[in-house]
Amino acid sequence: MRHSTRIAVGPVQFRIGSDWRAPVAALERLYAAYPQDAARPADATVRLFAARPWRRWLRPSVQIGGDFVVPDALPLPLSMGLLAAEMGMNLQVALGWRRHLLLHASAVARDGRSVLMSGVSGSGKSTLAALLGEGDWRLMGDEFTLIDPASGDALAFPRAVSLKNEAIAEMAARVDATRLGPLLAGTPKGDICHLIPRADAVAAMHEPARPALLLFPRFGGATAIERLGEGEAFVRLTEASTNYTALGEAGFEALTRLVRAVPAFGISYPDSAAGLALVEQLWAEAER
Amino acid sequence: MADPVYRAAPVEALRVERLGELTAIFDRRSMQTHLVVSPLPEILEAMSGEACNAALLAARLAASFDLPDAAETRAILGERLRELASLGLVEPA
Amino acid sequence: MSAVGTFVDLLAGRRDAAMLTPRDWDGVIGVARAEAMLATLAHQLKGAALPAPVAALLADQRAAAEVATQQALWEAEMARRALASERIEFVLLKGTAYAAAGLSCAEGRQIGDLDILVPAHDIGRAENELLEAGWEWVKSDPYDDAYYREHMHELPPLIHKARDRMIDVHHTILPQTHRTTPDPLALVADAAMTESGFAVLAPADMACHCAAHLLADGDLQGGLRNLWDFHCLTRDFAAVDPGFWGRLDARAAKHGLRAVVHRAARLARDLYASELPEGWGRSNPRDRWFRRRLLARDDWGHASDFALQQAFYIRSHWLRMPPLLLARHLWTKWRKRAAG
Repeated sequence: MRHSTRIAVGPVQFRIGSDWRAPVAALERLYAAYPQDAARPADATVRLFAARPWRRWLRPSVQIGGDFVVPDALPLPLSMGLLAAEMGMNLQVALGWRRHLLLHASAVARDGRSVLMSGVSGSGKSTLAALLGEGDWRLMGDEFTLIDPASGDALAFPRAVSLKNEAIAEMAARVDATRLGPLLAGTPKGDICHLIPRADAVAAMHEPARPALLLFPRFGGATAIERLGEGEAFVRLTEASTNYTALGEAGFEALTRLVRAVPAFGISYPDSAAGLALVEQLWAEAER
Repeated sequence: MADPVYRAAPVEALRVERLGELTAIFDRRSMQTHLVVSPLPEILEAMSGEACNAALLAARLAASFDLPDAAETRAILGERLRELASLGLVEPA
Repeated sequence: MSAVGTFVDLLAGRRDAAMLTPRDWDGVIGVARAEAMLATLAHQLKGAALPAPVAALLADQRAAAEVATQQALWEAEMARRALASERIEFVLLKGTAYAAAGLSCAEGRQIGDLDILVPAHDIGRAENELLEAGWEWVKSDPYDDAYYREHMHELPPLIHKARDRMIDVHHTILPQTHRTTPDPLALVADAAMTESGFAVLAPADMACHCAAHLLADGDLQGGLRNLWDFHCLTRDFAAVDPGFWGRLDARAAKHGLRAVVHRAARLARDLYASELPEGWGRSNPRDRWFRRRLLARDDWGHASDFALQQAFYIRSHWLRMPPLLLARHLWTKWRKRAAG
């Protein structure tokens, strides 16, 4: 491919190729401070390409390709090339990674122990993790958390945080502008802006953290806490995992161990401040 | 009514873990996870790897559970056995 | 050397994995994934000296393939249970058959749908039993449905509503519209039993079907995988039966697949270093196009040589259907797309 770059996030080494310079340049800026190891072969490949040769120049549109693809995925305009790259990277991990149990969950850690927050997009899991990661927590990831079947530990996948809509202004007020990517307005997922995780989160990305609290956040509505049973947490996490069935008994063992060892709660919260307070409260109770 | 005989999965094929109200059953032959509630785990246990029909099953379960009248129990157990068969956890003998 | 060339050399044992650079590995892993053969490569390179990240990635693939193979075999078991009450006999085909028989090409091999062969006179009963056991039709288009039943070598595909896996029920091994017509009764009559209690094709028939699937049944999509199957099958069968190649030749002639089987053998020799007996190696200038099609993948795993792919796509339809039928089929497909 004409342009390419290599990025390592947590245990996954990507190579990303592109027909255009712009998406690669944008990625290189977001991931400039991530560790580089040229001697390491790529686990996963992402390709951003023009569906027809003339689409490189004429109303350029980016098709997302790679080891794994979604059939009939619609191309994105070149101005959203960074989003295309992010979607391509997510897809390779979601469909291709087999070493760990993959949970669609954000995570933060403190003193070697982690809080996992699982939910669909719009649940606020990403924003909560980003906000906690600006305080005295280490951001482990805003989208995926990996569970090591051998140890039961959570492993970080700290990609650039994908801030959406209202969360963009909320974070922009708190962080240095150099840590924000370009504003991608009007994407199919709304407005998007990427946040570069803090240097300490990137430096510690290979440090595992023992799961201590499992939350299923829901943004909107009055503040509420609901304790979830082991079975309920198990069901929800199988639904939140893209590779549970592919791992066989190792996945079953990892998940039963997780829901037995860690208290699980559904939480509702009307705004970020209330959400953060709930996390701190439940964390304090879990520590006792 | 016909009361077909079923054979349960061999004990070593299943890994059964209680998770509160639910029971998670991992079948090593299919690599599938089944989440079930009572009385399915008890039925599987009572079949303990041997061929069994609803009548025999009712007799075995009666030793440890209070069951309603025999005909009704047999009908319910017949239904549960069909469900277990569709999951592959028991098969027609 | 291209990544796909390196990949094929690694499988053939022509290249030492320890000599690859990190950028070589990028391409090899990408190509292997694109061909759905990374776990196959992982088995071939088991125990080889590899860079640590590659060794870890390949170990992941072996473990995941073991789970996937078990799941595929379970589909065969569920089909057996569904068909057992009516005592309908069936023969496993392709990937599931290789796994059930414990053949070497099954190591790490991806298995998609469950393919079974049922004698034509039992097809209707088999269909009923499968529908009763939870399988349902995938297609609802009456034209496609009629097309499958009248002209293809299988029922329209069925999918299981709880397990979400497909079954293809064949009554012969090539489309009925195909110019060559293998003898399905001979296939079933000579089937062999595996230790696990499943019927699979006899060795020579299995190799014939594999070659037909590779060369006569499609547009060579997934060709490297199918050719690898052929290479492993013939090598393993010949190792235990010195008369195997002669038997294969005779059986191929009976099914009208002699040219296809011989071409598969030459391609396996050219790409995977298969050892062929005398009389099998005569070169054919047209093999070159098949080799090019099989190796048409760039270092990013992307299918290259668009014109050649199209040529093979049209060829695959040409092989399957008489020209008049082909025109009608493409016309209907085109009209449907234009309308939708």
